Amino acid sequence: MNDTAMVDARGLSCPQPVLMTLDALRARSGGALTVLVDAEVSKENVMRAAGSRGWSVEGVEEEDGGVFRIRVAKR
Amino acid sequence: MKTDLFKLDCECGCAAKIPAERLIHMLRSLSLPADPALIIGPETLDDAGVYRISDDLCLIQTVDFFPPVARDPHMYGKIAAANALSDVYAMGGRPLTALAIVCFPTASLGPEVLKDITAGAVEVLRDAKVVLAGGHSIVDPAPKFGLAVTGVAQRDQILTNAGARPGNALILTKPLGTGTTILAAKAGIATAEHEEDANRCMATLNAEASQLALAHGASSCTDITGFGFLGHAVQMGRASGVAMEISMESMPMLEQAVEFAGMGLLSAAAYANRRHNEQAVRFADDILVAEEDILFDPQTSGGLLIAVPGGREAAFMEAARRTLSTACAVVGRVTEKQDGVVITVAKGRH
Repeated sequence: MNDTAMVDARGLSCPQPVLMTLDALRARSGGALTVLVDAEVSKENVMRAAGSRGWSVEGVEEEDGGVFRIRVAKR
Repeated sequence: MKTDLFKLDCECGCAAKIPAERLIHMLRSLSLPADPALIIGPETLDDAGVYRISDDLCLIQTVDFFPPVARDPHMYGKIAAANALSDVYAMGGRPLTALAIVCFPTASLGPEVLKDITAGAVEVLRDAKVVLAGGHSIVDPAPKFGLAVTGVAQRDQILTNAGARPGNALILTKPLGTGTTILAAKAGIATAEHEEDANRCMATLNAEASQLALAHGASSCTDITGFGFLGHAVQMGRASGVAMEISMESMPMLEQAVEFAGMGLLSAAAYANRRHNEQAVRFADDILVAEEDILFDPQTSGGLLIAVPGGREAAFMEAARRTLSTACAVVGRVTEKQDGVVITVAKGRH
């Protein structure tokens, strides 16, 4: 299990961040994943995408430059 | 090779609208010329402008255009035309003439693509018995297409969003979910069938629905487009000075639309619609977030939301089953105005 798995979807507009997140989740049976996006819409959509696959959002941090770090996990 | 307009990078359909709050703010800061013959102007956020040209006859004018909402140019033209005509039908009017509005990237797309788009629009105009009187085109890197439409209505037949009365039944004449389904199609997640269903709904004229509204004594009507079901329902509720109870289970929806919304296939406009209207809406605890999302989802060429006097909805629905090709349902009722909250959404009937 790789706890540092990361999807970097900065600079991309929807549905791209959602598709990248879904691909990353599909490749894993569980664990933790961090997704980086830089738009409010992408943040909301990625959180919904994770939820739809049974992953829960463990935290969202807003960083400089409007970047959101979304941590999702399936234990 | 067939042109796929979804390969171009642009906002979809009515989701490309400028948010309502910005427009309202801008309009209020301007001093607009007054004319007593202008019965409905921009202030009420109605579907079209209405101008009295004689004692009993009114001109109805509207314009609507947007970036591609379908991958096939011909289908895009059909949907753009049905969408532009819809504002006249929503006012209870009869469209007569249309002018085409074209923004087209002549450097990247061939003339046959524009011909296909226009042919699609003309097909729908022919069905609607509306003539294309001309148009205007400019070169633009992102294609947009639409129509300016002129229609007429008898003054006493005009349907506005300000006439809903407590006790009225609320009827929606097309399924919701076109916004999220278009995004799912662009993302390659929707099946060809889901995409065709959405296209068929969007390309369907609201002409018959408008006739049903007039025939069944509708007190208010609006079409559901970029501000989503709740955005337009809140506008009708506020303009009419009433509240509304909506039933989620009754809501006609495209197959899989709730699933697409639940996966996060939502446009920026869907979230803007939520932000702009959530203060006016109360959801029951058992309404899923994805269901709320569908009610905020910007619709392209959506159905009519019609308020008919209580007791007349059964006859309306019986006639709708005979004449409408889209899913149509009684989705709620109009109640007395309350403080703050305009719409209450419950799972089943209130």
